[in-house]
Amino acid sequence: MSTATDTAKPAEPAKKSGRPSFFALLVANRLAAFGLGLLVAIALAALLTPWLPLQPPDITNPANRLLRPLTEGHLLGTDQLGRDLLSRLMWGTRVSIAVGLSATLVAAVVGSAIGLVAGYTGGRTDNLMMRGIDMLMAFPYILLALAIVAVLGPGLMNALYAIAVVNIPFFARNIRGVTLSLAHREFVDAARLSGKGHLRILLTEVLPNVLPVIVITMSTTVGWMILETAGLSFLGLGAQPPLADLGSMLGEGRKLLFNAPHVSIIPGLMIFALVMSINLVGDGIRDVLDPRLKSGALSRPAAATAVKREDVPAMPETSSKAALDVRDLKTEFRVGSDVYKAVGGVSFQLRERECLGLVGESGSGKSVTAMSLLGLVPTPPGRISGGRVLYQGRDLLEASEADLRKLRGGAFAYVFQDPLSTLHPLFTVGDQVTEAIRAHQPLSYREAWKRAVALLEMVRIPNAAERAGSYPHELSGGMRQRVSIAMALANDAEILIADEPTTALDVTVQAQILKLMDALQDDKGAALLFITHDFGVVSEICDRVAVMYAGRIVETGPTDEVLNAPAHPYTRKLIDCVPVLGEPERRLDAIAGLPPAVNRLPQGCAFAERCPYAEAACREGEITLDDLGPGRAVRCIKPLHAETPEAAQ
Amino acid sequence: MLAYFLKRLAMAVPVLFGLTIIVFLIMAMIPGDPATAILGAYATPENVERINRQLGLDRSLPEQYFIWLGNLLQGDFGRSYSLNRPVIDEVLERFNATLILAGASLILCTIFGLVAGIISAVRQFGWTDRIVTFFVLIGISMPSFWLGLLLILVFAVNLRWLPPSGMYAIYGGGGPLDLLTHLALPSITLAVVATGVIARLTRAAMLEVLRQDYIRTARAKGLSERRVIYRHAFKAALVSVIPVIGIQAGFVLGGAVYIETVFQWPGIGRMLVQAISTRDLLLVQGGVLVVAASYVLFNLLADMVQHMLDPRLKT
Repeated sequence: MSTATDTAKPAEPAKKSGRPSFFALLVANRLAAFGLGLLVAIALAALLTPWLPLQPPDITNPANRLLRPLTEGHLLGTDQLGRDLLSRLMWGTRVSIAVGLSATLVAAVVGSAIGLVAGYTGGRTDNLMMRGIDMLMAFPYILLALAIVAVLGPGLMNALYAIAVVNIPFFARNIRGVTLSLAHREFVDAARLSGKGHLRILLTEVLPNVLPVIVITMSTTVGWMILETAGLSFLGLGAQPPLADLGSMLGEGRKLLFNAPHVSIIPGLMIFALVMSINLVGDGIRDVLDPRLKSGALSRPAAATAVKREDVPAMPETSSKAALDVRDLKTEFRVGSDVYKAVGGVSFQLRERECLGLVGESGSGKSVTAMSLLGLVPTPPGRISGGRVLYQGRDLLEASEADLRKLRGGAFAYVFQDPLSTLHPLFTVGDQVTEAIRAHQPLSYREAWKRAVALLEMVRIPNAAERAGSYPHELSGGMRQRVSIAMALANDAEILIADEPTTALDVTVQAQILKLMDALQDDKGAALLFITHDFGVVSEICDRVAVMYAGRIVETGPTDEVLNAPAHPYTRKLIDCVPVLGEPERRLDAIAGLPPAVNRLPQGCAFAERCPYAEAACREGEITLDDLGPGRAVRCIKPLHAETPEAAQ
Repeated sequence: MLAYFLKRLAMAVPVLFGLTIIVFLIMAMIPGDPATAILGAYATPENVERINRQLGLDRSLPEQYFIWLGNLLQGDFGRSYSLNRPVIDEVLERFNATLILAGASLILCTIFGLVAGIISAVRQFGWTDRIVTFFVLIGISMPSFWLGLLLILVFAVNLRWLPPSGMYAIYGGGGPLDLLTHLALPSITLAVVATGVIARLTRAAMLEVLRQDYIRTARAKGLSERRVIYRHAFKAALVSVIPVIGIQAGFVLGGAVYIETVFQWPGIGRMLVQAISTRDLLLVQGGVLVVAASYVLFNLLADMVQHMLDPRLKT
């Protein structure tokens, strides 16, 4: 009930800002709204019971024993002593709620006090107190309550204390955690320096900040406490006659289960309704407060990216010679009402046996481009909204999930950035390579394992046979990335897609991995799409390069030409970011500013805001990717030229 | 593995000692003077002193504790005055019945909780998910003692499929089949809440795991969706669900108090309730200690299983 009043308050100011208020969100969640309604109804009925036209709950009338529900004058019937059940139910509900709330309050006060002191003091006091709390938690919940009631003797107050004591650890732990993080914040230090006493600091500085956590913990435990006190009463250890709560009514009615079930079923139904409504409201509050739910970050990604294309380029008449032909690919993420155009119309061709570098800052859409090719972008929130991905005359965006699965790890293989998070932590590396082989080749586990060991040898892992039995966390970063590469080569892929494969590695290891990839690509004759933000890496391994910015390609051409004479100012800046050995005086320019948010792309050139050469024309209309000699193109209305003095520097 | 097991076992010892201290302190809180309780209000001071010496109450609290603990370690839990037999004999006999009930419930809640959680996660926001979520909500909000009564009404009174109470039929019972029919209703009732909790956590854990990079890798390898979910995602989710199953053991052992009362199951929970109403405190103390110790061991077991599944924990 405290939740209902709390939630109503912030509703007013929030409405003005145009965003849905906390209360509105809670009510929009249908189950939570139902729970809130039920809870308010029960609470109101319980509050108003003394003024309702009910019969007295304790007046016995043996003539009217065990009347069934819906009897005239007794809506819910009567019990074994002829007492009106409706009246007893309402009075019992009052007792149950009062006891449950009181137990919650006692547990909250004592538990929070322990948590505050332990968290604020720290050190030995904290340690001692928390060990004690741990000990309490080592007991099965109800058992401890039973032991306490056993000692104090049955009775409603004693049951209340028992349930409160049992719940103290939940509060102590939660509050201690929050207090610990607050105890050394600036405002607490400031209060201490100003000469305030510890108790005053705790009460005036720390407590107000901890209060929300206390309230949330109360709302999550109050349902349990009502249930548990009812349980003790049910066992005959709580409320003693003539006082009755819902639990003791249920416990007494149980003896009549066979001939008058309503006497026990009805109070049980009330406990159920009460606890369920509290749980519903609690869940609703938690959902509303959890920002991850709205962003879709808690959604389960589907097996393949959703494809809903608004514009589809025509199928080419003649199939191109390229191994992979990507045309006007568009991928977007929908979060709430925002649409993030991560890939905004990307076209490129990957020729056979070549290495194409896809370069750009983080957030430029290069990884999403690569993931989109085989539908590996998580849906929700991602979806492919346009374009074609042509492979052997087929459009992969039209392929079925089963076809995609055959291509993934078969003709197309991926190597990802951080091998610690991309390898499964609970399977041996040999097992993971073996699995990749068996996904595409009809081999027995044993044969596939042998092949896996051979692959691990090929990527130059020492003692491959032994190493195959290791788990990823037992290998070094470089070794792990070799495993990923071995996995990618398991089925003689035609197209390798490497997404920043060296970024997470040490510089010396980077060089080894690059050399290995280069050698293996030559050896296997595969085409390589190499994604990186590092022009240094590009210069070592790529034949051609495509530079991406804000979801589009801004420049493309053979690697040395682009390196020697970048045409787009952004390319130029990226190249300047690479340190060169023996040129310490060279300025390592970080590019000033940030890339534009892809849900609010500006008109014209997306780079204009950060470009030193930008002029009015740059911020108007659509700027196209124009040819700039054979195999070169740039998306800039005033491209830089090799002749300009800056470029020659 | 063995070394870890021994280490973990050694770590459980202080927890067990902690349990005895708490139980001892609770028992020491008993209001009133035991000697007066035994001798009546008009006892002579000499007699009170004699009784106190007999009971060891003239010694300091720590001394009393260690004497008491020494007796416990020798299996001497005292004598139950209401049953007139050694507490340990009664407790172990009753514990056997509780273990059968709690064990069956743990198996049920683990299986159904995991299955429901996985299905719910895989069909997130679909109808199956909604139905599972709905039942989970009902399950964790329902007073188990009330659910037990409902089940008795439906399956024992109206349908007459299953016996309403007891562990074995009074006449001609005793076989495993007889035990199973008696076990069905109480074990299901006891499992409901824990099933709901495990299902919720499994769903959350699966959704968390399915967003991990290594799941993308599994998909990029061309594995079937079935394999991605049931091998790669499930194993990782299981690692975080297993400790929760260990904690559920505590709720199941505690909840047995209600269920044994409702179904008149001759277990330790029912014994405790009876012992409390007859004020047989030594019996309560023995029962609480044995159940709490078994809970510590259950958690130890969960820890071991988690350890076997997750190689990262070895280092």
